[in-house]
Amino acid sequence: MKKLFCIILTVSLMINTNAFSGSEGSETLSKSSRTTTNDCFEGVSRAFFSFNQGLDRAVFEPLAKGYRKLPKPIRKGTGNMVNNLSNLVTIPNNLLQGQLQQAGLNTLRFTLNTTIGILGFFDPANGLGLKAVGKEDYGQTLGAWGSHSGCYFVLPVLGPTTVRDFTGTVINFVGGDPWYNVTVRQDTNYFRDRDFYISKATNSVDFRAKNIESFDSLERNSIDFYASVKSLYLQDRKKKVGNSDSITETQDDSDWEEINNN
Amino acid sequence: MKNKFIIFLGNLYLIFFFFSSTSANNIDPKDFIQEIVDDAKKILIASNSKEFKSEKLTEMAKEKVDIIGIGYYSLGSYRKALNDEQKEKYNLLFKDYFLKSFTSRLSDYSDPKINVLSSEKKNENYTIVYSLLLATDKKPEVKIDWRVYTKNPQKLLIRDVIIEGLSLARTQKEEFSSIIENNSGDINALFSKLKEFSEQ
Repeated sequence: MKKLFCIILTVSLMINTNAFSGSEGSETLSKSSRTTTNDCFEGVSRAFFSFNQGLDRAVFEPLAKGYRKLPKPIRKGTGNMVNNLSNLVTIPNNLLQGQLQQAGLNTLRFTLNTTIGILGFFDPANGLGLKAVGKEDYGQTLGAWGSHSGCYFVLPVLGPTTVRDFTGTVINFVGGDPWYNVTVRQDTNYFRDRDFYISKATNSVDFRAKNIESFDSLERNSIDFYASVKSLYLQDRKKKVGNSDSITETQDDSDWEEINNN
Repeated sequence: MKNKFIIFLGNLYLIFFFFSSTSANNIDPKDFIQEIVDDAKKILIASNSKEFKSEKLTEMAKEKVDIIGIGYYSLGSYRKALNDEQKEKYNLLFKDYFLKSFTSRLSDYSDPKINVLSSEKKNENYTIVYSLLLATDKKPEVKIDWRVYTKNPQKLLIRDVIIEGLSLARTQKEEFSSIIENNSGDINALFSKLKEFSEQ
């Protein structure tokens, strides 16, 4: 844990000093460039984006459509299981962001759902009034600590990310994700690599199945689908980093001021 | 003196009547959205034809949505560089694009169940109305917030729809900006895209 904390702190400092900014790479960044996210490798990102769309059409969308045909209790239970596993990353990030109450709640939910809820398939915690709170990850923690998002780019298979969020993903693989540690790194003999990859693939299919119509609608009604996805991704991350459910905090009213003066 | 007093009282009554009737005509943003949601429910009944849905949704959008305002917002700073002729052309193209996109997005929902929950006045010009699209067997619950333009309290207009905290107007603005930037700042590239979309 101490080693992990050092890694996060170092990475956070590096991002804050623009070592990874990927934009101007100097200390003279203007105020506006600090608050907007540049698309540093747009040509490459657009190519990966097209590749991901192909992959989605060939693999994830058909799987998601098949998954939807499963009985609702099975789908719900599967969704519960992958959500339950995400607590293993959420809880340390709650602690890193000083959210002690949420950390306690998520720990209690994880314990109850993993035991009484049979490995998270059921959600007895919810029945006891312990409602799920938002997920957290290392990218959000770095953001909450004040790190700028850095460049936006698209990775093959994994999809949209930023330097900060990608760093958060890397932290998962260097000890930050206990589920990865007990499966792929084999800290115990109870799980195998495939358990991790199956859980991640299931999570993706579950998410895709819940959003089939939304994705189709967005793609059909976009004149630049890549730009739409980028905008939605960055808005979503901003909202999550700010731990805000309220529009008041996430939308900038100044955007509309000029229009009022027309 | 008595006549003057009667005239004064008469004027006072007229002024009072004018203000009270003006105030009575002010529309509550929450009621405004509730009315739209109720109308949309009737339009989006699964048994209605696609053409009927499209026609009625277009009528609704023309009356309740500030299409020109959203259009200018979506252009961002590029709006300032347009001459009158370009502005006129853009308004026409954007209107066609918006109506097609609006009806297409909403037509995907059949028999939607939306609960209008509350509202929050942000300033004299804007109130956010919060609502919830209830979960179905296949789709999860979705928060839908409406940015209502209240500058004229008797003629409210929708300026943005925010789904799960994600602004559709902002997404559109960034999409338009990307197209213009990727074509060396040429606004005609956006015009072509809008036209292409509307004619599909």
